[in-house]
Amino acid sequence: MIARPIGDDDIHAYVDGALDPARRAEVEAFLSENPDAAARAAFYARVNEALHQRFDHILAEPVPKAMSRPRRWRHLVSPRGAAIAASWLMVGLAGGWLAHEAVVEPRVVERIVMTAPQMPQLAAIAHAAYASEVRHPVEVGADEEEHLVRWLTNRMGKPVKAPKLEPLGYRLMGGRLLPGAEGGVACQFMYENASGQRLTLYIRTPSKDQPETAFRFATEKNGLGVFYWIDRNLAYAISANLPKDELRKLARAVYDQLNA
Amino acid sequence: MAIGGRDHPILEQIPHLRRYAHALMGDRARAEDLVQDCLERAWSRFHLWREGSNLRTWLFTIMHNLHANAARTASRRPQTVPMDESSFVAPTRAAQEDGLEIASIESALASLSDDQRQVILLVGLEGMSYQEAAAVLGVPIGTVMSRLHRGRERLRQLLVGAGGTALRRVK
Repeated sequence: MIARPIGDDDIHAYVDGALDPARRAEVEAFLSENPDAAARAAFYARVNEALHQRFDHILAEPVPKAMSRPRRWRHLVSPRGAAIAASWLMVGLAGGWLAHEAVVEPRVVERIVMTAPQMPQLAAIAHAAYASEVRHPVEVGADEEEHLVRWLTNRMGKPVKAPKLEPLGYRLMGGRLLPGAEGGVACQFMYENASGQRLTLYIRTPSKDQPETAFRFATEKNGLGVFYWIDRNLAYAISANLPKDELRKLARAVYDQLNA
Repeated sequence: MAIGGRDHPILEQIPHLRRYAHALMGDRARAEDLVQDCLERAWSRFHLWREGSNLRTWLFTIMHNLHANAARTASRRPQTVPMDESSFVAPTRAAQEDGLEIASIESALASLSDDQRQVILLVGLEGMSYQEAAAVLGVPIGTVMSRLHRGRERLRQLLVGAGGTALRRVK
């Protein structure tokens, strides 16, 4: 005699061991008289078993060191005080086209994830498109720097500058105008060092409501790194195939000059 | 307790987070990124975890939220539009009597919706109670049950195949 009818939920709960003994006995009695339901239960149980067979080996794998301890807080120490220092945290986006790293302050991360998902991708695309150009890497060359900067300032509607990176070994090659998001425009300055390593600075007007000045890092699988931040109504991204520490130095130099 | 100490309670959960992430993402690199992001966040906000509450649920919830955020970001990006739920997995006819080979579980899992896969893995692989799965996913328990049922039935359809005797419905 079955007190309560047996439903789908009971069959799942039976398979998952979620029933008390009395109910389990009722479900067992039901299954013994209903071969189709019993076949379903057997299949569900087999799924659970197959999942363990397929994935349990991961439990035995050594845990990467980076996972098993907190990452140290990494301040890019700023002389401009705590407010800016706090914003110079390296934070990252989860997953996606770019691999990101170094989440430090969760609340900041959440805000950034929601507000600026596109910046590093746009910069990386522009870098990939033009840094590999041999004959026409830039639209206006560094020999016309004054004209270039004035032109881009006019088109962007905000003052842009081409930072001097000679002390770090990078010479300005020139720049170009680019289509921006949401119908706006963006621009790119390109630099090169003695060994031909190219670096681009991508500048666009940020989307509405984007918070100012968060310093972030993203890497693409092919080794392209992007440091990016938003400051004084413009969003900046530095891209190059360089180790992160080297790129960070360059990003610092650019940031410092733009804020000088 | 020293943060990051050798017997920190987070440590014993890491293998489980990794197993779940691998099964969920079906891609090793992306799974490891997800776990890494989850742990960065967990370590930095461990002080917010209430001692005595369920640490495993807390960690899996962090990971679920990160995954959901990433999925939302990806959905805004045209070059990573997710494939149609089922168009890329051909139903696999059972070779075994019980209709389920280890090799096919992975591709069948991949054809489920994220919602269904999450529940099936949290319950079936991680051994969570329905209540725990509901807490991790932030949905009512009834939603967990219906996703579990739809997901497992979809697997049955894919792995046992239409027309198989096992497909006959039980009312």
